[in-house]
Amino acid sequence: MSDRKPYEQSYYPPVPTRFTRHMRTNLIWQLWEFLILNIKVLRMVRKH
Amino acid sequence: MARLVILGAGIGGHTAALHARHKLGKQHEVVVITPNSKWNWIPSNIWVGVGWMKPEQVTFELAPVYAKLGISFHQAKAVSIHPEGNDKSATPYVTIEYTDPSKSGTKETITYDFLINATGPRLKFDATPGLGPTGNSLSVCTYGHASETAGVLAEMIERMRKGERKKFLVGTGHGTCTCQGAAFEYALNLEFELQKAGVRDKADITWISNEEELGDFGVGGMHIKRGGYVTHSRIFAESLFTERDLHWITRAHVQNVGENQISYETLDNEEGTADFDFAMLLPPFSGVGLTAIDRDGADITSKLFAPNGFMKVDADYTAKPYEQWKPTDWPSTYQNPDYSNIFAVGIAFAPPHAISRPMQNERGTKISPTPPRTGMPTGVMARLVAYSIADMMNGSEHPTHESSMANMGVACIASAGAGLFNGTGVTMTMYPVIPDFQRFPNTGRDLSYTSGKIGLAGHWLKHILHHAFLYKAKAKPFWRIVPE
Ligand SMILES: Cc1cc2nc3c(=O)[nH]c(=O)nc-3n(C[C@H](O)[C@H](O)[C@H](O)COP(=O)(O)OP(=O)(O)OC[C@H]3O[C@@H](n4cnc5c(N)ncnc54)[C@H](O)[C@@H]3O)c2cc1C
Repeated sequence: MSDRKPYEQSYYPPVPTRFTRHMRTNLIWQLWEFLILNIKVLRMVRKH
Repeated sequence: MARLVILGAGIGGHTAALHARHKLGKQHEVVVITPNSKWNWIPSNIWVGVGWMKPEQVTFELAPVYAKLGISFHQAKAVSIHPEGNDKSATPYVTIEYTDPSKSGTKETITYDFLINATGPRLKFDATPGLGPTGNSLSVCTYGHASETAGVLAEMIERMRKGERKKFLVGTGHGTCTCQGAAFEYALNLEFELQKAGVRDKADITWISNEEELGDFGVGGMHIKRGGYVTHSRIFAESLFTERDLHWITRAHVQNVGENQISYETLDNEEGTADFDFAMLLPPFSGVGLTAIDRDGADITSKLFAPNGFMKVDADYTAKPYEQWKPTDWPSTYQNPDYSNIFAVGIAFAPPHAISRPMQNERGTKISPTPPRTGMPTGVMARLVAYSIADMMNGSEHPTHESSMANMGVACIASAGAGLFNGTGVTMTMYPVIPDFQRFPNTGRDLSYTSGKIGLAGHWLKHILHHAFLYKAKAKPFWRIVPE
């Protein structure tokens, strides 16, 4: 991300902290997320 | 013996063919008519478009699969539907024109007892001057387009490595486009590839779309739980773009795509231009232009099809304002109201109205997304219609299976960079597709099924789905355990 400047488009949205970005590729956390994601999608598929 | 004819072998038609063949006894015939010899897992065209996959990895030849399953295959395009037959016979039929190189241009008629129209969209590049691969912009809608796009991207990267600065424009090329999710995914993948190539600092990437706000995706956006808040997908999408230094122009209708510049007008009645060296802009969609003829030879296209060329089904097509839209307007059996043996699934069925609120500027230019019919609902509709037809062939009078998009969920995974350990995917799940503010006040959707996440898990799932759906489409052993 380049520098955010006041009143520009990119000044307002939330941006992830370093920790949040780290967790996106943290293997253990992502394996857990993968499990949850699959359960969620399968439960949704079973609705129709 | 009865014959089911399926027009189109995309996600909808091919899924219907597999399930129908499985359900129907050998005394019944399943016939598929489609102009391409290959099946294409379209969602992975995004990866072809950034050069991460080759067209061969997202396609396979249909003929051997159909031969194995006992499905008759005609590589041809349907031209007209004759639901009442003609003056000589009351048996309904379709006319087709072969695209198979061995008999290209030859016309034939094929009779049917049941018909599924799964012909998907016509890519209306001609709606905007200069739009599309034969004009000045690129596309990822077909594997051929995507492969060409990857070639141009590779050239751009080479030139950036030599120090040139390049402008990239990604989004929708007309005010009435749908499928924003695909363009969104392309924008994120493009950014990732430019990073990987070490030239991100030489690239300006701008998103342009007809969405009222970023994150609308043609479904009026959605709410998700994030960080202790219920947040709109606009915040989610803006955050993803800001983090990647992508700029955005929304509420825009592209008027013209010049050689290196687009001109556009917005909902706020402004006009503007944007320069580009590389533009991947999606076209608007319409039906593929099938005509319908009655037994006396009169044109009844407007009876079978809506003005946008999509086929009428059991939806409530009464024109009404946004405030009066109801989830029950949406079809659930996908049966044509006039001809009970005709069904339409996927992009081919005419939606009753949009999902995002329709808008236009003071000049009367319509600038708002038309409704998406993504892969997951398309596959579900196709399976249910195949089951209904199988039951009707065995004596049921009415369709026995139904599911409306107001009762269906979707999972959309926009990969944001391919890499087993450093890739990420933006996973959005949503239930139901059609917001229902009576059942789910304030948000229109069930928050326990509606989510937005970004991480490696999404990329893994996208990758697994790529292989799983290709496996299923090839009808390999136990293909039925892969859900739609
Ligand atoms: C780049 C891209 C990425 C996408 N990513 C996703 C995603 O990640 N997830 C998701 O859920 N959805 C995604 N989608 C949407 C998804 O691809 C569509 O929802 C789906 O393909 C619709 O299926 P369909 O069968 O209705 O149409 P199609 O898959 O387009 O199939 C239509 C078929 O009909 C054939 N046909 C055309 N004209 C005729 C004729 N006259 N006679 C006979 N046959 C004809 C065509 O050749 C084609 O085989 C994406 C779309 C694009 C363009």
